[in-house]
Amino acid sequence: MKDFILPTSIHDDRDMGTPAKIGAPVTLTIDGFSITVPEGTSVMRAAAEAGMQIPKLCASDNMEAFGSCRLCVVEIEGRRGTPASCTTPVAEGMAVKTQTSKVKKIRKGVMELYISDHPLDCLTCSANGDCELQDMAGAVGLRDQRYTSGRNHYDPLGIGTLAQGDARARAPVGDLGNPDYIPADTSNPYFTYDPSKCIVCSRCVRACEEVQGTFALTIEGMGFDSRVSAGMTGDDFMASDCVSCGACVQACPTASLQEKSIIELGTPERSVITTCAYCGVGCSFKAELNGDELVRMVPYKHGKANRGHSCVKGRFAYGYANHKDRILNPMIRDSIDQPWQEVSWDEALTFAADRMRGLQDTYGKKSIGVITSSRCTNEETYLVQKLTRAVFGNNNTDTCARVCHSPTGYGLGQTFGTSAGTQDFDSVEDTDVMILIGANPTDAHPVFASRMKKRLRAGAKIIVIDPRKIDLVRSAHVEASHHLPLRPGTNVAVVSALSHVIVTEGLMDQDFIRERCDWDEFSEYAEFISDPRHSPEATEMLTGVPAADLRAAARLFATGGNGAIYYGLGVTEHSQGSTTVIGIANLAMLTGNIGRRGVGVNPLRGQNNVQGSCDMGSFPHELPGYRHVKNQDVRDIYEDLWGVEIDSEPGLRIPNMLDAAVEGTFKGLYCQGEDILQSDPDTKHVAAGLAAMECVIVHDLFLNETANYAHVFLPGSTFLEKDGTFTNAERRINRVREVMKPLNGYADWEVTQALANAMGAGWTYTHPTQIMDEIALTTPSFAGVSYDVLEEKGSVQWPCNEDHPDGTPLMHVDGFMRGKGRFIVTEYVATEEKSGPRFPLLLTTGRILSQYNVGAQTRRTDNSLWHDEDLLEIHPHDAELRGLKDGQWIKLASRSGETTLRAKVSDRMSPGVVYTTFHHPDTQANVITTDFSDWATNCPEYKVTAVQVSHSNGPTDWQEEYNAQAERSRRILPAAE
Amino acid sequence: MQPDKLIMMANQIATYFKTQPGTGQAESVAAHINDFWDPRMRAKLSTYVETDGTGMSELAIEAMAFIRVPKD
Repeated sequence: MKDFILPTSIHDDRDMGTPAKIGAPVTLTIDGFSITVPEGTSVMRAAAEAGMQIPKLCASDNMEAFGSCRLCVVEIEGRRGTPASCTTPVAEGMAVKTQTSKVKKIRKGVMELYISDHPLDCLTCSANGDCELQDMAGAVGLRDQRYTSGRNHYDPLGIGTLAQGDARARAPVGDLGNPDYIPADTSNPYFTYDPSKCIVCSRCVRACEEVQGTFALTIEGMGFDSRVSAGMTGDDFMASDCVSCGACVQACPTASLQEKSIIELGTPERSVITTCAYCGVGCSFKAELNGDELVRMVPYKHGKANRGHSCVKGRFAYGYANHKDRILNPMIRDSIDQPWQEVSWDEALTFAADRMRGLQDTYGKKSIGVITSSRCTNEETYLVQKLTRAVFGNNNTDTCARVCHSPTGYGLGQTFGTSAGTQDFDSVEDTDVMILIGANPTDAHPVFASRMKKRLRAGAKIIVIDPRKIDLVRSAHVEASHHLPLRPGTNVAVVSALSHVIVTEGLMDQDFIRERCDWDEFSEYAEFISDPRHSPEATEMLTGVPAADLRAAARLFATGGNGAIYYGLGVTEHSQGSTTVIGIANLAMLTGNIGRRGVGVNPLRGQNNVQGSCDMGSFPHELPGYRHVKNQDVRDIYEDLWGVEIDSEPGLRIPNMLDAAVEGTFKGLYCQGEDILQSDPDTKHVAAGLAAMECVIVHDLFLNETANYAHVFLPGSTFLEKDGTFTNAERRINRVREVMKPLNGYADWEVTQALANAMGAGWTYTHPTQIMDEIALTTPSFAGVSYDVLEEKGSVQWPCNEDHPDGTPLMHVDGFMRGKGRFIVTEYVATEEKSGPRFPLLLTTGRILSQYNVGAQTRRTDNSLWHDEDLLEIHPHDAELRGLKDGQWIKLASRSGETTLRAKVSDRMSPGVVYTTFHHPDTQANVITTDFSDWATNCPEYKVTAVQVSHSNGPTDWQEEYNAQAERSRRILPAAE
Repeated sequence: MQPDKLIMMANQIATYFKTQPGTGQAESVAAHINDFWDPRMRAKLSTYVETDGTGMSELAIEAMAFIRVPKD
């Protein structure tokens, strides 16, 4: 008989029962059909590959087989009994029968038992039509059940009925009901847990463990009393360790764990695959809808970044798209002390264009510029930088990557020759030792953190370099081999000390260095780094990291197998951010950890399209594809296509724009999808810069803080309302698809085009695919990218061109992009920001799981139930010294400014270091941060601010003035009839 | 553009390149500034160095000879 294997299409998201395996081919027959699958594959999956679905309840292909439901039993020729197909691996020559009378009888009996303890209110159940229990009852042909229903926990009134509606109708007046009945837990804002509908398949518990890695759930009780429990006895879901990733809800085969949106809106009838608009992981989702009403977001199992997993933001926090605060009509005003006036699109665009052109006439061509957004698509970002280069006639374009990962671009560009991470996320599955420095993935990149934790549970080791005891230092089934709690601002000293140990102890990979790197540069570096001043013992006093721990960590990384370095903004947002990135690249080259799976240098990007916005030429010195504007051959490409002359000089970076505005030479700004007043450092200086401009155009969903200083507001569209692409932290270009029409009438790329045309551009794009075609035409690393290719392959990682038609999951495999890898000397230089008697503590800022960046999106969702205010985390010792207690209002002051917020006393902090988030404008944490910045890129030094903490009895004068100004600024007059 | 900030930025760049082995550090400082600074920032720094120069590191001042300053 002919072998057949159904090709697994990217559009086929059937549950195959158990995970895919990699191994030698094994051929067996299932119901007479021959099938060849990898060794280790379960019989259940092999059957699914052959197009036959064996009934199942406790199995799912995103977790290992459990073998508890016994519904998937089969008969195997020559073997006794009826083994569970989910836990039985295939064997050569095996002959499986899935539909014998014996197994059918067993399955029917099993289903009968399940149904005996389950309500039969299917017609009014929220999972009606989307219930695996219902499907399996049908699949096994269950037509009756013989068991008496009674004191089971589903029966609220204890009157022996299987349907709750029936129970209500039959209940005697005043009946107190079944004492065993447990009402549904509705504490979580996004989903409910109804014990009465639980079949105790343990899929939710296993998903929490295996997929998410939180271990928040368990099964408590025995027999009919068995039920899922979150946390300790008496805890509800909100009180437990549950992080609301949704994995349990996705795993649940019944309505026991169910999205509240499904309960309220019903089951969806169509879906669109798109990409999340939150962090740089770039998860793929199925947006499920009824008509144009979004019912739920479900992680897409073929998403190559997330592999079917999600976090609380992407899975649930999309409600901002329909929030009442959204501004849907364009608005203008002559000056920022006036109320907004709603006007037509034409009037707003003409007003904006006239003002911007007028400013250029008065103050010069270079007096205006743009800020592109990492929250917008590649196509939109490309158009915004094109607007400034082709229409404004200058290079005054910058992006929010300036304030997060610009040092990554510089550091990796100098050492490796390209401004991006080297791996794909899948690579972590082959990692033996991870270094995690300046990143907190469980909060900021939660879906990838789950993959890291899975690998750690499988035996990999992790070295955490962070001032705080983040979750990856110690949490359920995770224990870092080494935690190096360095003092903020000493990254370079710590990374150099690691390299010092590796070089002086002869642990480097000399073969790799000789073959792949410039040996002369390495020799100079080796001489530099071998100096005793870089030793862990010499730097211990400076860094606060015990020398013995650091030595042990260095040895582990150099000798522990595949070593991968993951880092975040705790590396880049320093005055030596670029130097630390260079140091990290040195460390990877020293140990030969480049160019294969399991290794590499991996920047964890903060926002969804940080990588893409940088790729698209958002920086003022680079055209798309990281090509400097000084190069005539690159300018020629765009000059020929656009018919304009491209300025050969770099433009202003964001901090330079603000400085120039205060000085009076920068007068107009088009700011798309960013809130620089809240997100950028030294708020007072940002406000002064914005206030000095004569035309600020804010293009956004909401009247954000920056809009307080704006003269034109152009309503934006959400990621659900447009087509385009995002590029995630692994260089993966993923499609964003229009799920519903823009509430404001236009996708953002259309608004930018309209503004450009109001200024005389004459652009004629009718769909973002044309913009991507232009990007591919002009940018070598994108030459092979098109919407057709993305449709076919799902996603691709750049470079994608003639040399790499399928994209490039791993970079620098046979050689570095620049040729030889370049070792660069990394001398530690202390920041100018120093603690002292007035400001004795060091403040670092960051993010929390439930909120995102400035919170504009997540604050307008129920995620605020977890985090409704910024808190200052402070070590118990520092709190006690100041007489501060947990929850008290405190004043946080630096040389730049002061604010008030409440204290959270926590031994996660190191003594002398305090931490807060910047999610809430009421706090405006960035009024505290300074304008010190990275030497190479001007990336602000958010992570080191000398502060003092003291008692407070109310908001600061600045906060009160700020809030009053913000309120005045947000007044809106309706459009004239 | 306050000169103080430009001086600090130029000194930071000079501090980095001063640590690099070999020769040509002043050219490297200038190349970095030429590549990343808007011309008006370079002009402002140049004017400051010509009129005062206090606070500038020796290497940063040396680099001025290689920094492109716009004519107008």
